Amino acid sequence: MLERFSVAAAAALPGPDWLRCRREGAAAALQGIGFPTAAEEVWRYSPVGEIRSALEQPKGVFPLPEASAERSGKSPPDCRSAAVESVLRRFGKSSGLGVIRNGEVVSVWVDPVAAEDGLEIVPLADAALSTTATDPGLGSVLAEAADDLPDAFGLLNDVFATAPLLVRVRAFARLEHPVLVVNLVDAASSGGVFPRLLVSVGEAAEAQVVDVVCSDSSLLSGTGGSGPLSDDMPSVSSATAHSTAHSAVQSSPQSALVLPVAEMSVGAGARLGYLSIQELDRRATAIANTAAVVGKQGYLNVGLVAVGGSYARLRTDCSLAGRGATGDISAMYFADGSQIHDFRTFQNHVAADTTSNLLFVGAVDDDARSIYSGLIRVGEQARGTDAEQTNRVLKLADGVWAESVPNLEIENNDVRCAHATSVGPIDEAQRFYLESRGVPPEAAERLIVDGYFGEVARRLPVAGLAESMRGLVSAKLHDRHEVPADDLMSADDLTSADGEVPAVDLTSAGDLTSAEGE
Amino acid sequence: MSELLVEGLMVRAGGEIILRGVDLCVRGGEVHAVMGPNGSGKSTLAHVLMGRSGYEVMGGRASLNGVDLLALSPFERAQAGLFLAMQHPTEVPGVSLADLLAEALRASAPGAEKLLAERLAVEAEVLGVPAELLERPVNVDFSGGEQKRGEALQLAVLRPAVAVLDEIDSGLDIDALRHVSRRIERAATEEGLGVLAITHFSRLLSELHADRVHILMRGRIAASGGPELADELERDGYERWSQPEEVAVSLGRLSRRR
Repeated sequence: MLERFSVAAAAALPGPDWLRCRREGAAAALQGIGFPTAAEEVWRYSPVGEIRSALEQPKGVFPLPEASAERSGKSPPDCRSAAVESVLRRFGKSSGLGVIRNGEVVSVWVDPVAAEDGLEIVPLADAALSTTATDPGLGSVLAEAADDLPDAFGLLNDVFATAPLLVRVRAFARLEHPVLVVNLVDAASSGGVFPRLLVSVGEAAEAQVVDVVCSDSSLLSGTGGSGPLSDDMPSVSSATAHSTAHSAVQSSPQSALVLPVAEMSVGAGARLGYLSIQELDRRATAIANTAAVVGKQGYLNVGLVAVGGSYARLRTDCSLAGRGATGDISAMYFADGSQIHDFRTFQNHVAADTTSNLLFVGAVDDDARSIYSGLIRVGEQARGTDAEQTNRVLKLADGVWAESVPNLEIENNDVRCAHATSVGPIDEAQRFYLESRGVPPEAAERLIVDGYFGEVARRLPVAGLAESMRGLVSAKLHDRHEVPADDLMSADDLTSADGEVPAVDLTSAGDLTSAEGE
Repeated sequence: MSELLVEGLMVRAGGEIILRGVDLCVRGGEVHAVMGPNGSGKSTLAHVLMGRSGYEVMGGRASLNGVDLLALSPFERAQAGLFLAMQHPTEVPGVSLADLLAEALRASAPGAEKLLAERLAVEAEVLGVPAELLERPVNVDFSGGEQKRGEALQLAVLRPAVAVLDEIDSGLDIDALRHVSRRIERAATEEGLGVLAITHFSRLLSELHADRVHILMRGRIAASGGPELADELERDGYERWSQPEEVAVSLGRLSRRR
C-alpha cells in the first residue's frame, strides 16, 4: 500500500541531505498513519477516497515530482507570465517576490532596500545557492512551526515539497512593503503540487506576506487590477466549472491536487501579517495546512481569502506559545456552483495572557457547501486567555448547505472564551430597506453581500487590500447575475418569496383582493 | 401635480384585520398628518403603502399619480416616487449611506448618481448630518437622532413625489426635529413634495405644520380636519373618537361604504 510514497521513493527525490532526511521521516510517518477515509469524522465531506485511489494508480492522474534530471530537462517557465503580471499589478509595491510554478521555485527577487533592512527569500533546496548549502541553520528552520503535521496531506507535502521557500526577516527589521509569494498551478496540466512556505520573523521585526495560490487561468476572474491573459492561456469554460468535486477528481485528467503547507514563526515582540489568497480553478482539489507559532508579546494577523477549488480545505493552527502573544485570524470565502469550502481552525492558547480573535465570514450559493469547524484550546498554563471565535455564513440559495461547529477545550479557569455562529439567508428587513429607497433587488443583494464582507475585509492584514479582496469575493455575485435564465428566476423568487403580490396578479391585484374582501 | 390616493384600504396582518378601509388623498405640496393611538394601524398603513412583506391587502386601492402602487414591488414604488421614512430604520452592516444613495440614484435614472456628491453635501449641511456619518454603515450604531436625520437626508437627496414619514419625530431632540421639519416643509412648499406624516404626538405638528390632520382609530379614519384638530386632540386625547359601536364594524358595511 502507498508504494509511491515509500521511504525509498522519498529518499530518491532530489535535494540536500537534510531535506532528503526529512522526506524519509515523513514518508515513514505517512506509512504509519496511512490514508484517511471519509468515514472519519474530520474527513466526512472530503473526497479523500477519490484522491487516494487516484494517487495509488501506477500512472496516477497526479504525476509526482521525480528525479532531478527530468526536472532540470524542462525549461523553467517564464516568470513574467501574464498571470504573474496580473498578480503584481494587483498588489503594487513589494519588498520581495517569490514565484513558484507547480511547486517549483521559478524566480526570487528581493528589493535591495529590503535586503539591506533584513529580508531574505531563500529557496531552501536550491543547492546552487551556496549560502543555503553552507548555512547549517536552514535545515532546522523548516518545520519550526509545523513540527508535527497533523494529517496525511501535510505529510505528503513534507515528502514531496521539493522546493520549500523561506522568507526570513531579521530581528528588528521593518519591511515597508509586503513580500509576495505567487504559487501558480497550471490549469491545463494535471499533477500533485506541494507548495511549502516558511515565514520566519525575528524578534521585534515587522513584516507582511501575501501568499497567492492560483490556477494560471483563474486570474481572469480577478479584481480590477488583473489584466487580460495572453491568447495561448487556457481558460476554464463555465461548463467544466460546474462539475462536482467528486467527478472532477475522478473523471477529469486535468484537475490538480494542491497540498500546500505554510509555516509561520513569529518572534518575541514581532508583528507579522500573513494574507493567503486561494484562487484555484474549479477543478482543483486543495488541502492546505497553515501553522503558526507566536512568541512572547508577538502579534500574528492571519487573513484567508478563498474563492476557488472544487473541494478546498484549509486547516489553520495558531499556537500562542509566548506570554502575551496575540493571534488574529480572519477569513472571507465564497463557494458557489458545486464547490465545497472546508475550514478547520485551532486557536491554541499555550502561554498565559494570550489573546486570539477569529472571524470567519462566508457566503454559499447555488449547490455549494461550506464547513467550519473551530476549536479554542486553552492549556493548563494559559491563565488570562482571551479568545473569541465567530463564524458567519450567508446562504444565498435554497440548495446550499453550511455547517458551523464551534468547540472549546479549556484547562484553566481564569479565561474568557466566546464563540458565536450564524448561518442564514439575506436579512429580509435589510433587503426591504434598500428596496424602499428604489434600489432594485439584484443591486440590493449585491450591496448587502458586499457590506456583509466589509468588516472582515477591513480586518485582513496588508492595509490597502481590503477593497480588492472584497471585490474578489463579491465578483462571484456579479457573475451569478449574468448567467442563466433559471438563475435569474430564482433571484426573482427570492425577492418576492413572501410576496404580497404574486406574479399572476400583477395587473389586477386590486380587483382580485377586493373581490376576496366582499 | 402629484397625488397619493388611498381608497378603502383594508389590510390583514398576522390573521388580524388592521386597516378597515382607509381613505386618504395627499397632493403635492400638502402636508397631512395621521395621528392615532398605539395599535390603531399607523405603522401598518406606512408599511403597506411601501409594500413590506407580511401584510395582506384584502381590499381597496392605493395609487400614486395614477399608478397602482399595490401592483408594484417596493423598489418600483420608490421609483414611482414614493418614499418611506421608517420609524426604526434598518441597520445594514457594511453599506454606507453614500453607497446606498448612489445605488438608488443610479437605479432611478441613468447617470443620476452624478448628482449625488453635490446633493449630499448641500443636504447634509442643511440637516446637520456630519460627513463622517455618510461613510458609516447605514443606521448601524446610529443614535435615534442620527437615524432620523439619515432618513430625512435620503428623502432630501432622492426627491420623491410623496413621502410617508413614520414617526419621524421619535428619537429626535428638539433641535434635530426643527432641522428635519424645516427641510421637509421646504420640500413641500418649494419642491411640491406631498407629505403623509404619521405620528403619535402633536409635538411634531408644532414644528411640521400640517394642512390636514386625520385621526386613525382602529383601522379607519375617524375624523379629518384642519390643524385645529391636533389641538383638540392635545386637549381631549383620543377618547372622544373611540366610540364603542365602531369596534364591531363589519366587513360588509365597509365594502358598501367604499
